[in-house]
Amino acid sequence: MSGAALAPDETPLRRFLADYAASPLALLGLLLLLLIAAAAILAPWIAPQDPYDLAQLDILDGKLPPGSPAGAGFTYWLGTDDQGRDMLSGILYGLRTSLGVGAGSAVLAGIVGGALGLLAGYAGGRTDGAIMRVVDLQLSFPAILAALMILAWLGKGVANVVLALVLVEWAYYARTVRGSALAERQRDYVEAARGLALPAWRVLFRHLAPNCAPTFIIVLTMQMARAVALEATLSFLGLGVPITEPSLGLLIANGSEYMLAGQYWISFYPGLALLLTIVAVNLVGDHLRDVLNPKLQA
Amino acid sequence: MTAFLLRRLLQAAFVMLAMSVLVFLGVFAIGDPVEILVSPQADQAERARIIADLGLDRPLWEQYLHFLGNALRGDLGRSFAYNEPALRLILHRLPATLELAASAMLIALVIGLPLGLFAGLPPRTLPLRVIVLVAGLCFSLPALWLARVLLDQLPGGAGPAAAAALALLALGLPAGLAAGVLPRDLPARAIMAGSILGFSLPTFWVGLLLIMVFAVQLGWLPSTGRGATVAVLGVEWSFLTADGIAHLILPALNLALFNISLMVRLVRAGVRETMLTEFVKFARAKGLSPRRIVLVHVLKAIMIPVVTVLGLEFGQTVAFSVVTESVFAWPGVGKLIVDSIYQLDRPVIVAYLMLIVLLFILINLAVDLAYSLLDPRVRLGGRA
Amino acid sequence: MSGASPLAPPAVSPSAGPTLEVRHLSTHFLTRAGALKAVDDVSFSIGRGEVLGLVGESGSGKTVTGFSLLGLVDPPGRVVGGEIRFRGENLVGLPEERMRHLRGNRIAMIFQDPMMTLNPVLRIDTQMIETVLAHAPRLSRAEARARCRDALGQVGIPSPEERLSAYPHEFSGGMRQRVAIAIALLHRPDLIIADEPTTALDVTIQAQILAEVQSLCAGYGTSLLWITHDLSVVAGLADSLAVMYAGRVVETGPVDAVLDAPLHPYTAGLIGSVPSRNRRGAPLRQIPGLTPSLLNLPRGCAFRARCPRADAVCTAPPALDEKRPGRFARCFHPHGEEDGDAG
Repeated sequence: MSGAALAPDETPLRRFLADYAASPLALLGLLLLLLIAAAAILAPWIAPQDPYDLAQLDILDGKLPPGSPAGAGFTYWLGTDDQGRDMLSGILYGLRTSLGVGAGSAVLAGIVGGALGLLAGYAGGRTDGAIMRVVDLQLSFPAILAALMILAWLGKGVANVVLALVLVEWAYYARTVRGSALAERQRDYVEAARGLALPAWRVLFRHLAPNCAPTFIIVLTMQMARAVALEATLSFLGLGVPITEPSLGLLIANGSEYMLAGQYWISFYPGLALLLTIVAVNLVGDHLRDVLNPKLQA
Repeated sequence: MTAFLLRRLLQAAFVMLAMSVLVFLGVFAIGDPVEILVSPQADQAERARIIADLGLDRPLWEQYLHFLGNALRGDLGRSFAYNEPALRLILHRLPATLELAASAMLIALVIGLPLGLFAGLPPRTLPLRVIVLVAGLCFSLPALWLARVLLDQLPGGAGPAAAAALALLALGLPAGLAAGVLPRDLPARAIMAGSILGFSLPTFWVGLLLIMVFAVQLGWLPSTGRGATVAVLGVEWSFLTADGIAHLILPALNLALFNISLMVRLVRAGVRETMLTEFVKFARAKGLSPRRIVLVHVLKAIMIPVVTVLGLEFGQTVAFSVVTESVFAWPGVGKLIVDSIYQLDRPVIVAYLMLIVLLFILINLAVDLAYSLLDPRVRLGGRA
Repeated sequence: MSGASPLAPPAVSPSAGPTLEVRHLSTHFLTRAGALKAVDDVSFSIGRGEVLGLVGESGSGKTVTGFSLLGLVDPPGRVVGGEIRFRGENLVGLPEERMRHLRGNRIAMIFQDPMMTLNPVLRIDTQMIETVLAHAPRLSRAEARARCRDALGQVGIPSPEERLSAYPHEFSGGMRQRVAIAIALLHRPDLIIADEPTTALDVTIQAQILAEVQSLCAGYGTSLLWITHDLSVVAGLADSLAVMYAGRVVETGPVDAVLDAPLHPYTAGLIGSVPSRNRRGAPLRQIPGLTPSLLNLPRGCAFRARCPRADAVCTAPPALDEKRPGRFARCFHPHGEEDGDAG
């Protein structure tokens, strides 16, 4: 009743933006996410020190509480770790790894899973059955255990973590995209496109894929948050990224023993950064789901 | 019913077989246990003897058949590290994990269900609001106090910052609840925002914080281990002693965080959907009290998805206890599996994975059975 | 709200007067796009044991009227004015506890779709006994159960004792509606609101249920508000008719008089669009145009744009006037007054 027709100067994009902006919490999430991403990208330029240049570290500055002055003329706003590394710098660099692994694995898993889901939904029949059987198998096994096993096999390393995350997460995309592809396939325009005997790839990518996009974007955001959290967990357990490229999870693990001794900041602040990152992504994803897909609205 | 069970058992056997191949192949690819088991000083002959002892010199398929044959007799190999049957090792530790996971699910249900109910009900119909307000205060008072403790006790200039951050986090949800005295849907929204927070909290980090605050700073609760246990039916349980419960609280709460959020969202969505149904309107037209409508009509209707998800999540929670057990040094299978991965203790890894698969199969079966009990429309063995 | 009404009639004692008297009832839905006047200035009355047919197209506000009587309008909807006198007591603004005491006890309701009205996960006995105990808390469960069994028997459900322990999905649609009717009758209410209770059923079942409800109500002296879009259903059932259009009652009167000689052009149009054996072969007459949006009603008479008799006068709002003894219509140019200045 509220007039689904668009006003003359209202494009679907503008309408989407207006809908999105209607939630202050979601705007806050987006702003936070952009800030965090910017901080991660700009880390080498904004961090007070290069935390992995051993020449800049002073072991005598080890485990200094937040606010202590550094010899090099700046302040350790968030304290230092056991090796005298500035925590703020460590966190900024750690964000790079965490976000990079999270976004990278989410996008890669999205491409693999999305393509397979699209194929399953479009082709149907045996192809669909085979793909979905694997998806079900994958989804029935806990992601954390699967990732642990894969990493136990591959060994530590950023690329290995990304690979492990892609292997455990593609199935979510495949299932969701297949679902919307199946729904779209029944629509008249796809029937029409098939009736015109357009080549399969054209129907798939020009007609089906764009209409699965909203669902895909929602899953992508949600899975990115999951990937960041999972990477941090794996690194915390000591099977994730190597010590040379520490993510937030590894920073937390490194500080955990000192936490009990009262030097809380070595673990606390990386954890806070991790939490803020995941919350920001989840806030964006949660609201995107409400805006893009009214059917999914909980 | 019998036909249903038989079919399910057949399916289960098939899945177990398929998983055993996968698990065996997967685990075989992990590292070289010889490197760890054989001391560097050992000569070539001793090395070969150990390899032969472990059966590692034979072809892979032969090893698998050997493994399968033994597995059917309940022998999943001997742990390299503990020199003990892997299955016995796992079974010995399993109760601790099951106890932890079950406590976490219970907490999720006890906290998540009322919060979800509250968030899902229309704002008007609520004398429940008072209850929730009290619950909110129960949450927020310790949080406030905790922030004050942090303020006093933490060293360094950032003590206030840490205190404020923690207070903010801990207060987010109860502050929203306290708004329960206000009209409109503010508290419901706060619960939803709180559930996003719950989804986002990194489990291990929260575990560390819980230890720091409740074990180290306040000294209220022990930080690690299981505490005193009592043997019932030949199995040691923590929840039967006061000391055991004290040890159980923090890890269970930690493990429950995600499930609380999940429960809130699930229940809220279910309640909202159910409140709009004709049968609820009809129940109101019959003159039933709001309490009866919510606690009987709505609750019974949403119990179906709740039990399903709760059941399925139990398996996930057992798996995820890997993290919590590592943080709290809880002597369950999760801790064991992480250690085993480090030590490349293949038989233990295999035994653990097979047991998890079995657990999942059993859980699925239990969920299906519960389903048929709760939903009269479902008849087992009838429609799919 | 109740005290604010400028039209408060003299108090009526419960024994005398009609069972239900609705005066100037307005229920609006406050949406972002403005107030949606689902029910606007609706008046009618039902005497003891009488059957009133409330007729209108879908969206004309008849269902909302029914829910307003029970105080079951959900936000953003709200009763914004008028009064509902039930045995002399004004239900508008009544405390929720008192209202709940009346619901299912003195005023019962039967819903449209029997497949949806019973809770699928509760047994029939649970759903019936709770209704008994809600209003007769001192009864034992066994007594309540016995009463439920009798009620099921009365509405023609075979072997009621066994059926009590069944779940709703084990009943057919017609049987479920009988269960709903049995529930409505449990406390021998003074008024039953039946919201298209036969629309979702097969024609043969419709007729059975109609007949049963009619005889049961007659037996108990229960008044019946029968909401329907189907004139042919009420023709043989109702004592009087109220016709709704766009949230307003446009005509009321004794059923035979209204059907034989409708006053309002809309009523005439409705009657003309019902197929009839007498006019076989003749084309059905339709009412041209569409029902207007309740958010954006035309000024004056809401039927104006579709009415063959409309003229400039109709841009002023017509009142529901007594055109003939016992017959009210909201029209400046009613049928049978061809001079055209009756308003």
